[in-house]
Amino acid sequence: MTTATTFAGRRLGRYAYVGFCACAFVFLVAPILVIVPLSFNAEPYFTFTEGMLRLDADAWSLRWYRSIVEDEQWGRALVNSMIIGVAATVLATTLGTVAALGLANAAMPARRLAMGILISPMITPVIIVAVGVFFFYSKLGLAQTHLGLILAHAALGAPFVVITVTATLAGFDQTLMRAAASLGAGPLTRFRRVQLPLIAPGVFSGGLFAFAASFDEVVVVLLMGGLEQRTIPRQMWSGIREQISPTILAVATLLIIFAVLVLFTVEWLRRRSSEVSP
Amino acid sequence: MAAGSPRIRAAGLTIPLIAFIGVTFIAPLGTLLTRSVYDAEVAEILPETRAVLADWDGRGTPSEATYATIGMELLRARDERTLGRAATRINRIQSGLRSVVVKTPRRLGRDLDTDPPSSWREALVAIDDAWAETATWRAIREAGQPFTARHFLNAADLETRPDGSIGAMPETRRIYVPLYLRTLWVSLGVTALCLVIGYPIAHAIAHAGSRWSTTLLVLVLVPFWTSLLVRTTAWIVLLQNQGVVNDILVALGIVADNERIAMIYNMTGTFVAMTHVLLPFMVLPLYSVMRSIPARHMDAAASLGATPMQAFRRVYWPQTLPGVGAGSLLVFILAIGYYITPALVGGQSGQLISNMIAYHMQTSLNWGLAAALAAILLLAVIGLYVLYDRVVGIDRMRLG
Repeated sequence: MTTATTFAGRRLGRYAYVGFCACAFVFLVAPILVIVPLSFNAEPYFTFTEGMLRLDADAWSLRWYRSIVEDEQWGRALVNSMIIGVAATVLATTLGTVAALGLANAAMPARRLAMGILISPMITPVIIVAVGVFFFYSKLGLAQTHLGLILAHAALGAPFVVITVTATLAGFDQTLMRAAASLGAGPLTRFRRVQLPLIAPGVFSGGLFAFAASFDEVVVVLLMGGLEQRTIPRQMWSGIREQISPTILAVATLLIIFAVLVLFTVEWLRRRSSEVSP
Repeated sequence: MAAGSPRIRAAGLTIPLIAFIGVTFIAPLGTLLTRSVYDAEVAEILPETRAVLADWDGRGTPSEATYATIGMELLRARDERTLGRAATRINRIQSGLRSVVVKTPRRLGRDLDTDPPSSWREALVAIDDAWAETATWRAIREAGQPFTARHFLNAADLETRPDGSIGAMPETRRIYVPLYLRTLWVSLGVTALCLVIGYPIAHAIAHAGSRWSTTLLVLVLVPFWTSLLVRTTAWIVLLQNQGVVNDILVALGIVADNERIAMIYNMTGTFVAMTHVLLPFMVLPLYSVMRSIPARHMDAAASLGATPMQAFRRVYWPQTLPGVGAGSLLVFILAIGYYITPALVGGQSGQLISNMIAYHMQTSLNWGLAAALAAILLLAVIGLYVLYDRVVGIDRMRLG
């Protein structure tokens, strides 16, 4: 092989690589790039009209956003999602953080087994969780109640908190706790005044993960929730299956904005926690 | 301080969450497993029938006393409004028996007070010939067993033959084994696709230089954080017949307007949408491994005369294997239990085992079978989870 052909071959390889990567990234973001503009479609279609492509002002509208506000079902769904999401997050974050403190301790016995149990809800197929939870919670009279969904969602969200907080604690400097102890602080004071403020970014981002998990969960709600427990994803589910209308795209756009906000918050928290712990 | 105290204190901190997960998550899974082998409904509705049939040898038809017992119990079940539930369960063992069980007490009750039957056997057989058949009684006896392997046999496409032996169902009635196999193939296919697409993506993020790499990472993380339903909706919008992709193909003249490609509500839809949803779970572990590979390794290989291909194959690829393993296992585990995406975009041909579980929960109401199907899937997932722990380590799982 001459140097010239090798060089050409390498350049070709380089182009192929860049081209493939570009396509892959387009594949990743295309769905989102399509949903957002289509949610402003003035017509009840799921595709770009000629007017939209010509950028006619008449072809774009906020009517689907107006219909979210006017339809009280979406309002009620938002309230349900918030109640269930916040309560589940508080439960998962509290229990998860405390458990992570134990798991991060070098003295923790059977650490791997405990970790395996605590993370299992994240890996189990949701349909299995939903079926099991439906059988069990029905017996306890918790089916079709907010409490039942809160408990199930807290179990599904807890692994996220455990993982995030354990990771944050790995970088936590234990000498700080000994220093606090030598200054006479009791265990609770040490935790509240020294450790918690330092690991707070990790705790908060774990909580965000747990909230996002609940806020996006539909299968358990589908099997166990009643009419009174319709959440945003549940409402979207019927929207997609039964009466697909562009309102769905408007809701989807709002959820994308929510996702972007969560993402930047989590990244910001991650940077903060890595500033604290080397 | 006692020697065991730090251990106890550490364990003590984890106990609240372990207890919570135990009650809200593990116990429900236990109920599910119980449900797959245990159903006492018929035994509770027809207790005496069950008791007398236990002594029956299973040949011919049982005694007149048995006919009388079931006649009385069916009448009582109808009054207590439990008849339907028993009928459904008996019908599942032998289809056609539901109507027999339901109509028998209705006909019997009409003239029972004025004229109690002199022979219960004749009265029942007069109502339906099925009461003179051995198979009917076998089905009722079978339904009365609270513990049963029936659901698992059913889930494995096996049946109990009349002579008591267990064998494969006729080919045309095998549903679940092919569906498990389809789930397996789809999961493997999606995992492979994620690896093929995700590897260059992760590589680009890891080695693009700091300014680009942040932007590219955001392009992976935004879909990762975006609601699953939103992403699935997006694929419907993109791929449906009057959707964006077909419109573009038609506008470009690649496809005729009346020959739009069916890309959704079939296996293609399941594949595309699942790959998209699971791709970040492949990219992120790969990225975190690739980030730690110094660029000078490749430079060193090149300076020793390796072509880029050789350097990649012998130096770079082996170092990324932990990431490949972690990502592939994670994607595979998540894929085999996938429900939402196939349910929404899979149509008939793109359904997976999870969808069948949901079908038996919500539509056919055969909960025992749903539980058995779920139990088999659960077992597979636990196996993969243990494998993941061996290969990657659960405690090394990271998010984002």
